[in-house]
Amino acid sequence: MIELCDITLAFGERRLISEASARFECGSLVALLGRNGTGKSTLLRAIARLGRTQAGQIRIAGETLDAIPAATLARRIAFVNTERVDADALSVHDLVAIGRSPYTDWMGRLSADDEAKVERAMKVAGISAMAERRVETLSDGECQRVMIARALAQDTPAILLDEPTSFLDLPNRYELCTLLRRLAHEESKCVIFSTHELDIALSLADSIALVDTPNLVHLPTAEMVSSGHIERLFSSEYVRFDSAAGSIKVCR
Amino acid sequence: MQKRGQILHSILFVTLVVAIVALAIGELLVGTTHVPFSDVWAALTGGAVDEGVATIVQRMRLPKVVVAIAAGAALSASGLQMQTLFRNPLAGPYVLGINSGASLGVALFTMAMPMLGVGSASLLMSFGLTGMAWIGSAAILLLVMWLSRKIRNINTILIIGMMLGSAISAIVGILQYMGTDESLKAFVVWTMGSLSTVTIEQLYLLVPVVIAGLVLSVVAIKPLNMLLLGESYARTMGLQVMRSRIIIFLSTTLLAGTITAFCGPVGFIGLAMPHLARMTFRTADHRVLMPAAMLWGAVSMLLCSLLCDVVARSGVMLPVNTITSLLGVPIIIYVVIRNRNRQ
Repeated sequence: MIELCDITLAFGERRLISEASARFECGSLVALLGRNGTGKSTLLRAIARLGRTQAGQIRIAGETLDAIPAATLARRIAFVNTERVDADALSVHDLVAIGRSPYTDWMGRLSADDEAKVERAMKVAGISAMAERRVETLSDGECQRVMIARALAQDTPAILLDEPTSFLDLPNRYELCTLLRRLAHEESKCVIFSTHELDIALSLADSIALVDTPNLVHLPTAEMVSSGHIERLFSSEYVRFDSAAGSIKVCR
Repeated sequence: MQKRGQILHSILFVTLVVAIVALAIGELLVGTTHVPFSDVWAALTGGAVDEGVATIVQRMRLPKVVVAIAAGAALSASGLQMQTLFRNPLAGPYVLGINSGASLGVALFTMAMPMLGVGSASLLMSFGLTGMAWIGSAAILLLVMWLSRKIRNINTILIIGMMLGSAISAIVGILQYMGTDESLKAFVVWTMGSLSTVTIEQLYLLVPVVIAGLVLSVVAIKPLNMLLLGESYARTMGLQVMRSRIIIFLSTTLLAGTITAFCGPVGFIGLAMPHLARMTFRTADHRVLMPAAMLWGAVSMLLCSLLCDVVARSGVMLPVNTITSLLGVPIIIYVVIRNRNRQ
């Protein structure tokens, strides 16, 4: 679904990722890991064409990203970031319905089919009961679910999420990532999410894409654990990764 | 729930239209000269009526009603677009410096040009006060658009607009300081706003331009709904953000720029009425909000104008700007307090 071909990414003058290649397929949940400031967001934004690549090519379903018209791209990739939507008097239903924009007419009128897709997206994300609530009354966990429902309403084969679990408590983090896993498996979507939650990524993701500056390593989860990359990257004088147990231990 | 929302919207739309008709009739009846309803009716329908009365109704009161409706709808529609584009509840038609641009045009016309000895027969003078105001506001908007063509962050544009506005106000201040008493007065009178200086001939220009601006704001409805989620989300849903910005800026110049040129900087209508529309219609969907804001704008402008007329009967002439501020400020304070309490 999404192919990175020798891409180089930079943030301003700073080079983040050099000549990285990877393939992300439909039906799998990919966790994007890496230390702060290594380019996780930059990579996701580049795939969503919110940012640029310095060199190399990104292909979406075999087509070069730069050649895809904006309206077509909007039907292939949905994007969810951590930015909180805070529009006065906006209802959850209306917010999710805005996700149908790539399909509606010039006024944004919803057809019966659009309305059905909005209802279904809210049901899958488990937010049907809050349809009439105002977005400003939502908790962070609810808000994140609403934004995922909006991405679902956009009806794209791929969904990119930039740190969807930040601001959430532990049960909510697991619940949200379980939802993402279900979407990938049951709806056969290509779901890529960046995160700092090592244990969640290792227990739920099908594969891990790790930014090991300046490389990007993409391996199935089990192989990633035994590869030694995580140990090297996430160990410091305070913590160390135990690859046998698959978890972080604090050094005393 | 959604059915109930639609019924609420229908009731509100009908109420607002009825209010506009009622206020317009009131406006035609009330003035310093007493004209009975039968004479107003006769003057409008071409019946037999005293020529002086016909002039008052046809050439003074009727244009004022049309200007009030156009001004209210135009300022609210542009205010709503600015609030959504900048995602800022305190944005209004003037955040891009349109009023400062217009005031510079007027200051040049009333003060600088006579000072510099630009003759009354010259090309610049022939634009008149209104033309100069319009040129001023359009020039500022072009400058803001040119400066912001490479800028992605919308708040940077907001800051640029406001800073340019402040710089221009300073220039206008210098002109005021140096101007003669007479020219200064002409300038100050313009800043206070008036709906009654627009002649019936000027209406033939004002109305089509405002309609063009309103058409653009209807075209902007879907982009505005997408922009509620911010520019990143809008972009990933296929919105051409730069093109939408241009449509919205252009619409605002046509609407707020034109009204400001003809009527002076009418304050607070464009800022407060979109909030009132959101509060009463309880939605953020611009398909409802855009016409709702236009109607609320027309109602409020007619109401302010009528209040001026009622006061004028007792011999006190109030500039319309004072009334719009007194009406708009409480609404904005209420909205700000309500939003703070909720968080």
